[in-house]
Amino acid sequence: MAVAELPQEQTLVRKQRSLWEESFIRLIRNKVAVVSLLFVFVLAFVAAFANYVAPYDYAEQDLMANNSVPKWMLVILPANAENYVRITDKYPLGADHLGRDILSRVIYGARVSLSFAVVASMVSLIIGTLYGTISGYVGGRADDVMMRIVDFLYAFPFLVVVILLQTYFKALGRASGMTGFGAKLLEINDSMGGMLFLFIAIGLINWIGMARIARGQVLSYKRKEFVEAAHAVGASNSRIIIKHLLPNIIGPLVVAETLAIPGYIFTEAFLSFIGLGVNPPTPSWGIMISEAVPALRSYPNQVLVPAVFLSLTTLAFNFLGDGLRDALDPRMKQ
Amino acid sequence: MSQDNILLRVEKLTKHFPITRGIVIQKQVGAVQAVDKVSFFVREGETLGLVGESGCGKSTTGRTILQLYRPTSGKVYFRDQDLTQLEGEDLRHMRRNMQIIFQDPYASLNPRMSVGDIVAEPLEVHRIGTRKEQRERVKELLNLVGLNPYFINRYPHEFSGGQRQRIGIARALALNPEFIVCDEPISALDVSIQAQVVNLLEELQEQFGLTYLFIAHDLSMVRHISNRIAVMYLGKVVELAERNELYANPLHPYTQALLSAVPVPDPVVERQRQRIILQGDVPSPVNPPAGCRFHPRCPLAQEICSQEEPEWREIAPDHWVACHLV
Repeated sequence: MAVAELPQEQTLVRKQRSLWEESFIRLIRNKVAVVSLLFVFVLAFVAAFANYVAPYDYAEQDLMANNSVPKWMLVILPANAENYVRITDKYPLGADHLGRDILSRVIYGARVSLSFAVVASMVSLIIGTLYGTISGYVGGRADDVMMRIVDFLYAFPFLVVVILLQTYFKALGRASGMTGFGAKLLEINDSMGGMLFLFIAIGLINWIGMARIARGQVLSYKRKEFVEAAHAVGASNSRIIIKHLLPNIIGPLVVAETLAIPGYIFTEAFLSFIGLGVNPPTPSWGIMISEAVPALRSYPNQVLVPAVFLSLTTLAFNFLGDGLRDALDPRMKQ
Repeated sequence: MSQDNILLRVEKLTKHFPITRGIVIQKQVGAVQAVDKVSFFVREGETLGLVGESGCGKSTTGRTILQLYRPTSGKVYFRDQDLTQLEGEDLRHMRRNMQIIFQDPYASLNPRMSVGDIVAEPLEVHRIGTRKEQRERVKELLNLVGLNPYFINRYPHEFSGGQRQRIGIARALALNPEFIVCDEPISALDVSIQAQVVNLLEELQEQFGLTYLFIAHDLSMVRHISNRIAVMYLGKVVELAERNELYANPLHPYTQALLSAVPVPDPVVERQRQRIILQGDVPSPVNPPAGCRFHPRCPLAQEICSQEEPEWREIAPDHWVACHLV
């Protein structure tokens, strides 16, 4: 009962792909992004199974072997290092000033850095998307009020707020006599090596940028005709948001979030570096660098190892974000 | 007013978009009077053409009728049911009877959904049939609009403009509506494709007894498809008549000017054709002229035109016009 004269033959037989599949194919073709992705995966795997992968426990000490290095490492140490350094092959990347295995600490530190990257980005992605989508979709006065709140929060210097929050949380930790919910939180925080409060501090701040991006995206899509068509059909608001808006706006949000991850990792490292991050002896790349700095001249390897991992991870996330952006941006499509 | 099988009756429909100033504490400083006290009706099974230049409120009228914009005032009766009073579930239920086809076939399909999901959405929203029955219905609909049912798993970016418009039509037909607003459905298409889509719309109308409100600015296309034509100017319907009557005997000066702009495909006639060139620009709908909205540009304007708003009256059977001079 075809009424129009369009040819009905099936000449075009090719695989049907959604935009997601096409994006994925574009991502796979991007070598740098794939290498970065693999690096992140390997790092995540190592971090997740740190107990099995790491040769020693992160807090295990051998004070007789403190500041020791394996023989090959002498190349990166100062020329006269042989005179003062302890050479032992017990630790593949040497030991720190307390005689703890640097490799094991870097591996456990990856756990902190990566879980921080994952949790911070998830928290800010979820809160930000939710907040921004609602604000943009509802529009009008609600949008104004919600966005002014965001502007207000944005006006605070980010690091200062995080530092203040961390100081406050740490002070809470030292103060005795906490009961109920607060005590419970402190307990959880201690068992996580001080990471919980770090998550909260970062989570409270970082969703703001996401909310703005999400709102902008929603605004650009909500007047599109396909959204109007959904209204005309009688689709509910939640259906329109979930089925029509979110799939279209999630791409740029994920890209922005991936590109923000290095920032989170750096923030954690920075806070740990100044002593407001995780609690010792929980290793984090920032703490390791911070602890090794006093002996930088004599034992540069103790700074270099975590710094290299930090840089590589940051680079990997940056490349991955770039790759994702190229893959998800329809304008890049040939 | 003739009462024969009127499907849709629009009474003094008005849509003003507020212009606000200020952050958080907002103050309304004016309104874009996109549609202002528009009245007409559409008979069952007919096509009412709605023409007018860009920005005159054609699309807003169509969307306000469908309650995609809630009207500022006025009534829209669909089979004696006032749509403007409906809310929530009742309105949703009524939407099964009225659908819309959009102008831009690139913006009107969600790029993240497959054709099958797009066409099945109305069925899903109204919970009609099982998943399998919906698939069958979608295939049937694709066939109906001249698309291969094999395309069901494809995505919009794999189609041409004309094919996308057919997908949009299939979606509009999914719920078996009685009334469809065609919002410039062919303006964005190539001329060769326009004819195909118009023919498709006509055949579907015949087959299902559809009623169309056909919004367009292509006068010859409107003449071809419409039974009656309404002419809009700056948020007002200025004239409405049966199509041959309107083209043969345009009464409103604006209609006359508009029709004189249509080229005639006959060099002899074309050479003698007198164009009425209007002076000036369309005034802003934020601050429309008092009295007859057309008076500042009207070649025949008189004293009264700038003072009193002309009444919308039936000057001859089925020929409505709003002008003091006729």
